[in-house]
Amino acid sequence: MSGQLTLDGQPVAFMPGESLWDVALRSGKPLPHLCHTPGLTPVGNCRACMVEVEGERVLAASCCRAAADGMKVNTASERPTKARAMVLELLMSDAGEATDTLTPQSELSRWARETGARSGRLPARKGDSTDASHPAMTVNLDACIQCTRCLRACRDEQVNDVIGLAYRGAHAKIVFDADTLMGNSSCVACGECVQACPTGALMPAKAAGMHPVVREVDSVCPYCGVGCQLTYHVGADASGAEAIHFVTGRDGPANHGRLCVKGRYGFDYVRHDERLTVPLIRREGTAKNAADIERVKRGEVALSALFRDASWDEALDFAANGLRELRDAAPAGAPSALAGFGSAKGSNEEAYLFQKLVRQGFRSNNVDHCTRLCHASSVAALLEGIGSGSVSNPVEDVAHSELIFLIGANPSSNHPVAASWIKNAIKRGAKLVLADPRQTPLARFAHWHLQFRPDTDVALLNGLLHVIIHEGLTDPEFIASRVNGFEALKAAVEEATPERMTDICGIDAETIRAVARAYATSKASMILWGMGISQHVHGTDNARCLISLAMTTGQIGRAGTGLHPLRGQNNVQGASDAGLIPMMLPNYQRVSNTAAREHFEALWGVPIGDKPGLTVVEVMNAIHAGTVRGMYIEGENPAMSDPDLDHARAALAKLKHLVVQDIFPTETAILADVILPASAHAEKWGSYTNTDRLIQVGRPALTPPGSARQDLWAIEQIGRRLGLDWDYWRDADGDGHAATETPVARVYEEMRSVMAPLTGVSWSRLRSEEAVVTPAMREDAPGEAVVFVDHFPTSDGRASLMATRFAPSVEQVSADYPFVLATGRILQHWHGGAMTRRAQTLEALAPEPLFNMHPDDAADAGLFDGDAICVTSHHGEVNARVAVESSVQRGQLFIPFAYWEAAANKLTGSALDPFGKIPGFKVTAVRVTAAARPDLHA
Amino acid sequence: MTAVASVPVSSIKRKGSAYRVREVAPAALAAVDEALAAAGHEVGALGPAGAGLALRCDRLIEYLHALQDRFGQLAEPHLAALAQRLRLAVVEVFEVASFYHHFDIVREDAAGNLPMPPRVTVRVCNGLSCELAGAKDLLARLPQILDAEVRVIAAPCVGRCEQAPVAVAGQRAIAGATTDAVAGCVSRNETQAVIEPYVDYASYLAQRGYRTLQECADGTRDVESVLQTMEHSGLRGLGGAGFPAGRKWRIVHNEAAPRLMAVNIDEGEPGTFKDRHYLERNPHQFLEGMLIAARAVGIESIYIYLRDEYHGCREMLTRELVSLLANPPIADMPTIELRRGAGAYICGEESAMIESIEGRRGMPRLRPPYVAQVGLFGRPTLEHNFETLYWVPEILARGADWFAGQGRYGRKGLRSFSVSGRVRSPGVKLAPAGITLNELIDEHCGGMADGHTLYAYLPGGASGGILPASLADVPLDFDTLQPHGCFIGSAAVIVLSQQDRVTDAARNLMAFFEHESCGQCTPCRAGTTKAGQLIASDKWDKTLLGELSQVMRDASICGLGQAAPNPVDCVIRYFPQELA
Repeated sequence: MSGQLTLDGQPVAFMPGESLWDVALRSGKPLPHLCHTPGLTPVGNCRACMVEVEGERVLAASCCRAAADGMKVNTASERPTKARAMVLELLMSDAGEATDTLTPQSELSRWARETGARSGRLPARKGDSTDASHPAMTVNLDACIQCTRCLRACRDEQVNDVIGLAYRGAHAKIVFDADTLMGNSSCVACGECVQACPTGALMPAKAAGMHPVVREVDSVCPYCGVGCQLTYHVGADASGAEAIHFVTGRDGPANHGRLCVKGRYGFDYVRHDERLTVPLIRREGTAKNAADIERVKRGEVALSALFRDASWDEALDFAANGLRELRDAAPAGAPSALAGFGSAKGSNEEAYLFQKLVRQGFRSNNVDHCTRLCHASSVAALLEGIGSGSVSNPVEDVAHSELIFLIGANPSSNHPVAASWIKNAIKRGAKLVLADPRQTPLARFAHWHLQFRPDTDVALLNGLLHVIIHEGLTDPEFIASRVNGFEALKAAVEEATPERMTDICGIDAETIRAVARAYATSKASMILWGMGISQHVHGTDNARCLISLAMTTGQIGRAGTGLHPLRGQNNVQGASDAGLIPMMLPNYQRVSNTAAREHFEALWGVPIGDKPGLTVVEVMNAIHAGTVRGMYIEGENPAMSDPDLDHARAALAKLKHLVVQDIFPTETAILADVILPASAHAEKWGSYTNTDRLIQVGRPALTPPGSARQDLWAIEQIGRRLGLDWDYWRDADGDGHAATETPVARVYEEMRSVMAPLTGVSWSRLRSEEAVVTPAMREDAPGEAVVFVDHFPTSDGRASLMATRFAPSVEQVSADYPFVLATGRILQHWHGGAMTRRAQTLEALAPEPLFNMHPDDAADAGLFDGDAICVTSHHGEVNARVAVESSVQRGQLFIPFAYWEAAANKLTGSALDPFGKIPGFKVTAVRVTAAARPDLHA
Repeated sequence: MTAVASVPVSSIKRKGSAYRVREVAPAALAAVDEALAAAGHEVGALGPAGAGLALRCDRLIEYLHALQDRFGQLAEPHLAALAQRLRLAVVEVFEVASFYHHFDIVREDAAGNLPMPPRVTVRVCNGLSCELAGAKDLLARLPQILDAEVRVIAAPCVGRCEQAPVAVAGQRAIAGATTDAVAGCVSRNETQAVIEPYVDYASYLAQRGYRTLQECADGTRDVESVLQTMEHSGLRGLGGAGFPAGRKWRIVHNEAAPRLMAVNIDEGEPGTFKDRHYLERNPHQFLEGMLIAARAVGIESIYIYLRDEYHGCREMLTRELVSLLANPPIADMPTIELRRGAGAYICGEESAMIESIEGRRGMPRLRPPYVAQVGLFGRPTLEHNFETLYWVPEILARGADWFAGQGRYGRKGLRSFSVSGRVRSPGVKLAPAGITLNELIDEHCGGMADGHTLYAYLPGGASGGILPASLADVPLDFDTLQPHGCFIGSAAVIVLSQQDRVTDAARNLMAFFEHESCGQCTPCRAGTTKAGQLIASDKWDKTLLGELSQVMRDASICGLGQAAPNPVDCVIRYFPQELA
């Protein structure tokens, strides 16, 4: 209701949904507020914002009182003014002594001052309750006023449900779980409570909140594909050097102020002692040996024993000469002897320039990045089926879903802020179908948790398709107007009756039917998936089934319904868009497409091969085969992330010339011939495209240490030394050490000129709007958040269905290898761990690799939580301790791949999905034996 | 109680959580399942067949009772197991359990062992009437004579003020408690509630009970006539707020269905025991009134919230509801669920009670919206005090004028005064509204107790303020005491004599409010504590107390905090001699 009220004698118009607090604020009369903060549901418990509503017996909490027509409201009269001051006096008598011990000035002390609250009259509350048990946060409840902002941040916003208000009356207390220390609780350290706290009762650990901040820099998170906007708070560290003291969330389209543990507490890696600060060249006479990796990691061999310092000029010459010699030595028409891996961690500009370097400078299509290990199969299926590899709807669109079908994804760990949108949607009333062999944290919120047998995705999904088609739950109109191949699909899934599929996947037939009906008939069903779908040797088939679900039921093209592969890396979408993949030029133009090739040939002045280049795992095989002999690896760490690591590391060691550009001496760098010290995300300019197709700006907060330099500059330097006439980074832009915007903008604008979806997004628009969703065809209009509304970007505008049939993976359990191992990630560590294991807080939270094993299996094997085990596959063996948990099902093991001490990929095999060329990380047959303790990392 | 953990303590340090999933021990899950199943008949829905016993989060407090009853305490691993069964986070269970005083949460020690629960808990009422009758002495001496397995604790008013001092051993209330009487009960293991004779379902039917309800059901009385009778009778809410009952029925009746009803038998206002008095004697007169209200307003489900302290009432009411539902007096009965409080005065506040019925901490809601519009489970809700409903059958049977015609000094209706303290004959006194204290004592209580002369009185329990003997001729009713800074509330009259000091009474009352504040809003949570500290000394800072009172009255969310300063303000206003 809108209308008019009288505020302190003046007529004021109000808008629908406004509270009296809102109206007062808008009228230039901000009222004190502690329990209330925009973004959280108002609860009105602090009573600091009381106003007088004429005709009412008592005062009203303005934050909770809706404005109503004709209301006469007094904020400045004596009664509410005194009440507010007295409330602040009461609160300060409780918390005043402690409120400014961990923060320079809390909201509480500020409002106490502004209301003129008196002090010294009321007895002070006693307390000594500092809890420093958590590595990321300090809890000082002496400063707590029970306003429950932290609780609402934890429960309503992030839905982590760790913080509560327990006990009663004066004993009412903010608690973690069953009133345990924060560090012992189930806290996931998203830090939302710290961001919410108005009194300093919850603050960053080690008094980080007290460091003077000299600069606030708006940027975007470097970790996952959600793309949270954040602000770095920069100031001097103990040594006087600039550092990021703490990070807060910003109101970006993807996160609206929310962050997770990595995005909030995972930034000190930037200043870690192990940062590469000078170029390094392998010492002459030191042969490459894959075994050096662990020797260096364990500290048995110093990096300086393998490498010597070099100047940038020497290192760049050395790097480029080696590449050029191999390029030029190859006979005409022979397969390229060079390959390059770029990074989905880097910016769009770096990705674009790197693939251009490989295509123009190496004259090769052998360029790839970790998308191959990630969503390659999803993208293959999506391109084949609907002509586009990107998502149809942003994650946040689940707010409009009636049903959310989440399969093979654990966003609580890997896309935590996206998980919060999903949980918000469930709280609002959406139903969650969680299909996952593991019991992930979202299982508690699921209406159905389909804990199917590993490897049987296709059976489960075909069972659903069978029910949908058999029971007439399809959308015939949608199929008729927008879908090819329905009849073939129908015929193919005819045999996939729920009863038959039950035998394979282990989900009972009635549940399959119920889920199929619910998915097909809901007003809006959204499918989201992750690596649990893609990282299989039948990953493409898995994704094809998901596409068929959406296409047969018309669940796409509207708000809250569609297909969303949750992209892993912060810029995996953008890197793929930019052509950092072997079969596509920028904007998914296939190298086999003559017109596209000719277009780029004309621009770049070199011939472009019409055959797709080699993919990540194929490159390793080609090295062993002797075809690929030189590589440039920028920001990737295949010596951790590739499958069958012993094989991959041996390949890298075999290279004649390996150039590694990184910020740390990664496992891969240890095998390099030359290492170029590069820039961290927080040290550079660049644009990044998130899982929602949202392009955002990253800004530099710090300058790289030592003589480390900008990645973009280094790529260009290599390019120039390979004879390319590049002119992005000019003399006026500096020496490549400090970040400079202009060259980044130049690369961006060139990229934009060859990528239609960026047509409407100039660099200056991006800078001013911070985030633009793509495709954006016009500069003066927003981009398209929901796509495929009335057609698909295929030649006939229609989707094509592909029938699939369940086929088990090559990795089958047997008497010798009775367990199925899945690898993956955990909340605290990113990918191969290069960044997060050097982030003090994250490492403190998750310091050790652990195998998860079901309690019944552990009991059968006589193992207890914490026992050391040796896990052996056909490909290798890994020792670590076992964590006995029912998060895995019987017969299943799980281990994260972030730990070099127990490098999970020593166990995985390199068999590939035939279409996406992705390895089957989620299914490896293994056996478990007890291990001796001393083998373990301390 | 032995260890819940059945495996050695892991060598893996739990540094943060999400890193390690916290497993619920299978033994704890089994224990919880067993306790819930065993209590199934007791905690299950009492509605028509098919209501089912599936676990529901709104019944959380019932499940906590099942665990507390079975194990004598709430073991933290059991709370975790219960949370898992309800698909709640541990904290969501813990914060509720820790809110209610009748739940004893215990934790495992380093070796994984739990403490032994006490064999019996003896609660000594420290309400004002019991304190006047020597509760402090009882509380000091009982631990010395009882063995260590018996726990003796103070409890806020247990609603038996006419029997002061009162102790409760287990579930057995001991009237006029002495150390010997308590020790005797404990040693003889007499810890079960005693149910006195009452009018059961068959007897009530035989007395032509439920006839008015049947008339409502068969169309003899239409809804409009019932609403009008209620409106004309002038019956007001007898829980203390005094809202006209008929008007409330019409408001909720006019809201959209489904509509729910909540019945407040959380009689916790110190000095009040009238609801128990009537419930113990004639439960079906109340139930008939409740069903008539439900019929007139169009209620789908009824939730009866009974304070935990009334163990005998609970057992009896459970039994009578089973009889009633097995052989319902009319077709189309609404579903009825009996809910058990857990030791929280604040749950007598209507919106706090709703929160509690929904399985949460009993924290009052901010209004608007009012519960008549957005109440239980977000639905329009008719909430009534027990006694209000108790009078409905009689008013309908005898007519609105019968009830409206009662009263003195221009007041209308009857009031049930719970009288305790220094009178010869305490108890529930049904008297005309508007009767004065002097008349009440003389006509209904046999005068003052021997050796006592009237000094002061509390007209409305702990909340209603304290008046001096000089104001004992003021008519007692809604609206008549406001000019004197007091209110009648639930008509709990506690009489003080020249042997008592109102400053001590005020300290007792403020301690009660501090103990019972839900802790939600600043003026009440901090205000009751600070006020208690300020009045503990002999010298009171009247200016500061005045300012504190004002913010509590003006800015507290609910009536508890708004009324809590009444005793202090009355001491300052009427009894300056005690502060001199």
